[in-house]
This record gives sequence, C-alpha cells and structure tokens, in this order.
Amino acid sequence: MVENEEQPKKRTRREFLQQLGIVGIGSALGGSAILAALNYDKSKTDGQRVRVLTAQNELHEINKDDLHKVLPSKHGKLTYLQQQGRDGLEGKRFVMVIDLSKCQNARKCMAACQNAHHLRPEQHHINVLKMEETENTPPYYMPKPCQHCDNPPCVAVCPVDATFKRQDGIVLIDNERCIGCRFCIAACPYSARIFNWAEPLNAQVEKDVEYNVELNVPQKKGTISKCLFSADQVRLGKLPYCVSACPNGVYYFGDENEDTVTNGTTKETVRFKKLLEDNGGYTLMPELGTKPRVYYLPPKGKTVPFNEQDREEASEHLHHS
Amino acid sequence: MAFLTLSLFVCLGAYVYQLNKGLVVTGLGDYVSWGMYISNFVFFVATSLIGMLISAVLGLSGQKWATPLARMAEIIALAFAAVAGLVIVSDMGRPDRLLNVFIHGRIQSPIVWDITVVTVYVLISTLFLYIPLIPDLKICHDKIEKLHPIARKAYKLLSLNYTGSHEQDLIIKKLTRAIAIFIIPVAFAIHTVTSWLFANTSRVGWDSTIFGPYFITGAFVSGTSAIVIAMYFFRTNYKLQEYITLEHFDKIGKLLVLVSLVYLYFNLNEYMVPGYKMKKFDARHINALFTGAHAFLFWSVQLGGLIIPITLLIFNKMRKPLPLLIIACCVFVGGWFKRYIIVVPTMEHPYLPIQNVPLNFKVYSPTLVEILITIAPMILVLLIVSTLAKIIPIVPIQETIEELEESHD
Repeated sequence: MVENEEQPKKRTRREFLQQLGIVGIGSALGGSAILAALNYDKSKTDGQRVRVLTAQNELHEINKDDLHKVLPSKHGKLTYLQQQGRDGLEGKRFVMVIDLSKCQNARKCMAACQNAHHLRPEQHHINVLKMEETENTPPYYMPKPCQHCDNPPCVAVCPVDATFKRQDGIVLIDNERCIGCRFCIAACPYSARIFNWAEPLNAQVEKDVEYNVELNVPQKKGTISKCLFSADQVRLGKLPYCVSACPNGVYYFGDENEDTVTNGTTKETVRFKKLLEDNGGYTLMPELGTKPRVYYLPPKGKTVPFNEQDREEASEHLHHS
Repeated sequence: MAFLTLSLFVCLGAYVYQLNKGLVVTGLGDYVSWGMYISNFVFFVATSLIGMLISAVLGLSGQKWATPLARMAEIIALAFAAVAGLVIVSDMGRPDRLLNVFIHGRIQSPIVWDITVVTVYVLISTLFLYIPLIPDLKICHDKIEKLHPIARKAYKLLSLNYTGSHEQDLIIKKLTRAIAIFIIPVAFAIHTVTSWLFANTSRVGWDSTIFGPYFITGAFVSGTSAIVIAMYFFRTNYKLQEYITLEHFDKIGKLLVLVSLVYLYFNLNEYMVPGYKMKKFDARHINALFTGAHAFLFWSVQLGGLIIPITLLIFNKMRKPLPLLIIACCVFVGGWFKRYIIVVPTMEHPYLPIQNVPLNFKVYSPTLVEILITIAPMILVLLIVSTLAKIIPIVPIQETIEELEESHD
C-alpha cells in the first residue's frame, strides 16, 4: 500500500517538470518568432531601395536586402560570363555579308582576329583562302570565318553541350565545358574549328583572368576554339574585330531582324536583303543543309587582279590527288 | 609477362608526357584531328564483336563444334571492349573532364550513344563470360590439387554454391541462352554506332549509308582472325590439341573466308560506287586511295588483308594450324590498317582548301609518342587475356564434356 501511495506522487512531480519544460520551450519559440517578425518588419521599412539593370537592359528598383551577389562557382553552375555568353542578345539575328569582289588578301582581318583572341600565327578563326572552282573560272580570295549555321552540325554532335547556338544566331564554345573530343572538327564541313594542341600563347600571363565565353579568352589547352562573330564586341554594339579591321570594304555585319548591315570600312549601313538581291548573294555549300548565317557576294567586277604568285596554291585544291 | 608489363610502363610514360604537354606531341593538327587513336578505338570495338559471333550466333544456330572456342571468344571480347574505353580517353584533349559526358551528356550526340552501348556491351560480355563459367569454377575448386588456399576460396566464392544439380544447370543454361540472344543486338549497336561517329558527318569517304553493315562485317573479319591467333597459342602452350582440333582450325578458316567475302562485297560497294561517279570532292579522296599518297597502304590492306587470304584459305592445306595462323596475322594487321585508311585520308580531304597552316597540318604522320600510346592498349589486352587464361579454364570444361558425351551417344 505504501508503494501505491508513493507512485502517484512521483508521477505528479514528473508531470510537473514535463509541463514546465513544454511551457519553457514554447515561450522561447514564441519569443524568438515575435523577435524575428519585428526584425523582418524593421528591415522592410528601413530597407533602402536600389536600381539594378537586368540582362535584358531594363531598369528595376528593388530592396537593397534582396540583392545577392552572383558568385562564380566552380562546381557545375555557370559563372555570370558563361551564362551571359549562352543567353545571347534577345531580339537579334546577326548576319555577315562578305563581298568577294572587294577582297585583295590584305589579311588585316586575320591579324585583328588573332590579336583579339590571343591565337598563334597558325591558328585561324578567320582564314583568307585562295580559291579556284574550275580550270576556266578565275581564282579569287575568300575570307572564311565560322558560318554560324542555323543547323550547325558541330552543335549536334557535341556530347557535352560545350558548343551551342544562341538565340541571336551566334554559335559559341564554352571551353570550361569542352572535353576535347574534336567531334565538332570532324563534323564541320567548313573547317572552321581549331584546337589548342599545346599550351595557348598567353597561358602564363592569363592564368588568373576570368574566362569570357564571348571572347574565348583565356584560350585553354586541350579545348576547341573558333570564330565567335566577336560576340563581346557585338554586345557593346560594335562591329566584329575582322569587320572593323578590313581596309577594303569586304565585310558587312548586322541584324537580319532589322534587315540592315553595316560595312566595316565605309561604315555605310544598307538593307541586308537588298544587298543580297542586287549582288547575287549566296551561302557556302547550301546543299549540306547547314543554313549558314554568313553570306557571300560573288567576285564579280574585281578592280584589283588576283596575285599571280597565289595562282598555284589556288589551283592545288583543284588538281589535288 | 614481365616484358609485357615493362613495355606497358614505357607506353604509360608516353601517355603521362602527352597529358603534360597536350596533344601537340601527336602528329594531329586542325585538319587531321582524328588519327591513330581513333583508328585504334574502331579496331578494338570491332575485334570485340567476336564474342557475339562465336558464342551467340554460332551457339544459337546449333554449330556445336564451336563450343570449345566460346570461352576464348568471350575473353577476347571482354578484353577488347573494356580496353576500347581507355583508348578513347587517350584521344581526349581534356581527359580530366571525362565526367562531363555523364553530367552534361546530350542525347543527340553519337558519342553519348557510343559510351552507353559500349558500357552495356562490357557488362553483358562480363556476364556472358561468367555465367557459363560457374560450373568450371566449381571444377577448379574441386579438382586442382596444388592450389593456394585463398585461390581455392575464391573459386568457391565465385562458383556461388554450385553443386551440379539439375536445377542449377537448368538456370545456367537458360541464363546463358538469354544473354546470347540479348548480346546480338547490343553488339550490332556498338559497332553501328561507332560507324555513325563517321557516317553522321558530311565528309567525303564517311558520308555513306552502308557504314553500319560495312563496319559490322569488317568487325567479324578482325575478330575471327584474332580468335585464330588465340587458338593457335593456347593450343600449343596449354597442350590443348585434344580439344582444339585440326577440325576446329579447318572450320574457323572457312568462317574467316565467309566473313571476309562478305566484307569484300561491302568494300566493293563502298569504293566502287563513288569511284565510278568521281564527284568533285569524292574524286580527290578516291584518287588519293587508288593512286595517290595512300595507295600503297590501301592496296596492301585490300590485297594482303582480304583478297589474298580469301584465295589462299579456299585450299584445304591452308586451313591447317600454322598456315592459318600466318594468314590470320596478315588479316589482323590488315584490319588495323584498314581502320587507319577509313579515318585518316578523309580528314586530309575537307571541302575547303587547307591553306596558311604548317605542312604538318596538311599531311598526317604519327609521332613516336603517339605510336607508343597506341601500342599500350594492345599490351593491356594481351595482359588481360593471358591473366584470365591463367586463372580460368580457357576451354569450357563442363560444356565440352557434355558436347563430347552427346556426340559419342
């Protein structure tokens, strides 16, 4: 009987302690919730408003507390420059027109391009070729950048999405993603792509430079590079490096949506469709279905003759066995 | 074995050098950007198809004579398929980013298809080797007298408590049959997809609709010649004259004639059709092969690797072990250079002229480092095959006994 009397007593003490604990925790939680709510309100009312420019070039006003710095992450996620490089410019469809009747093989385009993209002398994003179609047709010079195809074979075969087509028509490469399989080189019918077989030219100097997809600098060993339509310049509203460097008025660059292209030498802006219509514009190897964004005007009415010294090299491709 | 291991280390040294300096140490350039490594890869995938041909195709079609060769075929298949995966890594500019293929893999790239099917094939080939091996492992455990206790335990563990009951035998038979059926489409897939790495581009010499079957039939030729070589060496070194008989050599010789004839037919189509039309860009490629820079290699491969072997093998005398071995070696080596002929000349003939680059970008010539790195996988295959041959019976004991009993009855 004694035991029976003692048991309820003990239970009560335990229960009391339990209840005390619950009340204690409860009030602590409640208190912190109120405190947090107060703080939240405070930040809401005290917060400064700031203006930010979005990637779409629109001005927005937001609370300063909602600002989060975008940190470059090395694991999986893309840096700001990589994401910007993939997104491209909304509402644009870039095109290039190359007037073969003007090209005199000055090669200022090649030099400007190699300089901008830190390439070795044998690496060409743009290459001025000496062409001859048949024995009886005249030879001519043909600058050949990447054709930025609308149906790009290189993008189709890339196993890791390292090369991609942007909304503004430009085909770019992310050399932080590229595995160096060179399937894109095999797939490109225009031989537009090059590979960094060795350490790039400025590897030492550019060790700590943040990688810019739109310039493909710093170049990286074991990855692909190619013509980028100077996406970095285009973002700033400027003409590509090769286009501005040409002394002979060979290049036009512009936006298909606006139907305007600007000549890099004369800075004259003309109607894109009209330019093609008036001069018999065409694309390289249309039969492959790649749909290039680079158009050519035939070498008609050349004022400067083809250099005799280049004739042999031009016909090499013709007779090659 | 020691010599092989030493050579492997020398070749691995070459690879470390390549990792360090970049692919500049090879003869590759911006135009010929695929060379020996890719040829080697294609050859390895091709040779690995023999497992499917001998064990699955011959097995399922009731060709009982091939039973003692099944184990050898499966070992060769597994070794070549597994090492093919390493060969492709040696060609990568950034092998450190290999995992990107799994993290960022895009389904429309034939490389992703290739990795998928090669992995599946390696897994199935492992099962195809292992499942019929279980009774033999039990025999090894029971019958080998001088055996290290650990080895004996390993045999016991791997034989999965096999006791030889009728029920267990039935399971093994059913499983083996199921794998044999399943491995056929997978093996077709790996080499068809490998051919599509080329055929899915617009390049002259690769832009062909028959590349899938062309590669598959070529694979049977290389694989059959590989098994002849293996048969000869295991027969002499392991004194297996009773089980790998003259009849086996005779029949495998006939098989080699058959697959070579089919391959020759595909070759005729592949070269004769563009060669007749001589379209502008095809013409340069065909000229280089028939009469130009690659003519010596091209005709050596076609004559020495196909036409002459077929002709010789028609005669009974030539299907005896030693002559057959010599012919098979020619076919095997010819098979390797055939892949080279498929890969390299096409890359030397793009649509647009190769200009303003150094001469070594126009004409491909492999470097010593590249050759060493190409030899490494071959040594690795030899090591894998000879190691496996030391630890498991090279002739399926159980199945061969059953076969002999049946034929005596």
